[in-house]
Amino acid sequence: MGIIIQQVSKNFGDFQALREINLDVKDGTLVALLGPSGSGKSTLLRTIAGLEQPDRGSIWINGQDTTYLDVRDRNIGFVFQHYALFKHLTVRQNIAFGLEIRKTPPKLVKEKTEELLGLIQLEGLGNRYPNQLSGGQRQRVALARALAVSPQVLLLDEPFGALDAKVRKELRAWLRRLHQEVHVTSVFVTHDQEEAMEVADYIVVMNEGKIEQVGTPTEIYDHPATPFVMSFVGEVNVLPSHVDLIPRNAKVREGAAFIRPHELEIVPLGAGEGTPAIVRHITHLGWETQVELELGDFEVTAHLSREQFLPLNLTLNQKVLVRSRNARFFSQVA
Amino acid sequence: MNSFLSSSFNNNLKHISIPKLPISIPWFVTLGYLVLMLLLPIAALITKSLTLGVDEFWRIATQPLSLSAYSVTFITALAAGLINGVMGTLVAWVLVRYEFPGRKIIDAAIDLPFALPTSVAGLVLATVYSERGWIGQLFAPFGIRISFTRVGVFIAMLFISLPFIVRTLQPVLQEMEKEIEEAAWSLGASSWQTFSRVLLPPLIPPILTGIALGFSRAVGEYGSVVIIASNIPFRDLIAPVLVFQRLEQYDYAGATVIGTVLLMASLVLLLVINFLQQWGRRYAIK
Repeated sequence: MGIIIQQVSKNFGDFQALREINLDVKDGTLVALLGPSGSGKSTLLRTIAGLEQPDRGSIWINGQDTTYLDVRDRNIGFVFQHYALFKHLTVRQNIAFGLEIRKTPPKLVKEKTEELLGLIQLEGLGNRYPNQLSGGQRQRVALARALAVSPQVLLLDEPFGALDAKVRKELRAWLRRLHQEVHVTSVFVTHDQEEAMEVADYIVVMNEGKIEQVGTPTEIYDHPATPFVMSFVGEVNVLPSHVDLIPRNAKVREGAAFIRPHELEIVPLGAGEGTPAIVRHITHLGWETQVELELGDFEVTAHLSREQFLPLNLTLNQKVLVRSRNARFFSQVA
Repeated sequence: MNSFLSSSFNNNLKHISIPKLPISIPWFVTLGYLVLMLLLPIAALITKSLTLGVDEFWRIATQPLSLSAYSVTFITALAAGLINGVMGTLVAWVLVRYEFPGRKIIDAAIDLPFALPTSVAGLVLATVYSERGWIGQLFAPFGIRISFTRVGVFIAMLFISLPFIVRTLQPVLQEMEKEIEEAAWSLGASSWQTFSRVLLPPLIPPILTGIALGFSRAVGEYGSVVIIASNIPFRDLIAPVLVFQRLEQYDYAGATVIGTVLLMASLVLLLVINFLQQWGRRYAIK
């Protein structure tokens, strides 16, 4: 059950959008397709929806081969980045649209519509037109409209991409809670790693039409499988492996060393081991402080918590020692 | 002498303090222009026609010849507007939604009826649709004459009203997102349901506006119709041509009466157009 994608490839002219994608989305999970623009994540989502046809491969939804099934017959819910609400219909009519298409008895349509209006917390606004709502409200209406037909899977294409930061954050948390209530197998596309980490059960990291890694947010962050994943999910310093920063206990390998900014430690000169460096820039990021350091020919970025930063009393151009708690090695540079 | 006049004029000006009305210069210029260009001619027309008195006005306005001219004008124009409401929408749809070689040229050619002197349009249409013309000869064997009949009037009105519908619809269609259709499909709507429930409803107000614009343009058309029609009373004589015939007979009162009736009809039409536009935007109001 859930969604099974087998060997799916898709070309747009010369551009290969998807290269032999294999993916299992387990029943009832919430999965994020994460990648930069042009990575094929939206194409994959649209292929699952039936809005695009794969050139090769097959797509199964809940045990049914839907590869060549028309989007109209797939019974999926699709949420668009720019809402795609029917502007000439009220909120209530928008939500009821799919049910009316299915010739649902009017009484049931009314019940279900009211229930969904409650679910999206817009009870009083059923008679408004989409233009009279805020962006966040519109996207919730779009979600309710998609959920009204009890879809087999819910597909969301950058659902929060057009919203401002605060609303986006609220809606993410809300989507998470909604999914716990509704439990429909859901796939959403995002280019925002923070959003993927916060909302999804599993993250599928995509790049250049291929899947780089599939895993839980923790797995993706702590055990990135490729240099691309390491650099895309969270910030990272990339240094040649000979640079003398690498913890002694790490097995030095060929290639490049990848070190997260928060894995770097700064200590005053003479306070134990470390590589000499010069403080070049200090940026306060609220609960964290970002320190840019010059390390011979290289620059590294370190993130310090307030507790770590304050006792150090760092000033610009100060000489300090840097050491790393951890490092990962990949043979090729991302 | 001259300098004295101008200096005293200037002196006088200094003493006139401009009252502080809530009138800005653009507002004043706009008002002046509208009065000069719109209000005065209309007032003159109405005043002239009213000198006849109500009874005489009514008699001329409702003469059988006038009535037939109105009916030829308005019914033919309405038919042309309605046909173009469908065809113009189709043309606009194809121009917006399809990519094909020559699209830009066709798009530009839509405005031809705007740019072409109407007499030239009448000449071309009368030739093409005459019994020996490219299109007219196809109908001639069936005994259907187009040029110099009411059908010709209809063709001319179709020609000149087409751009109004196309140009009204185009921006609306361009604004329409592809995603709206995809959303309807994902909810299970068939092609017909997507068209009739999602695509068409927001298009109806602009289509109606386009029809009304094209219709009022067709009602006012003179140049092309006078050439393609035989201008025989009770057959294909349109009201604007009747006005001109009255003028030729030095019947100024008769001309202004018919003119006033046409003016009233246009005013009503414009009100209807305005109302349609308001109605079309009802869900766009924040």
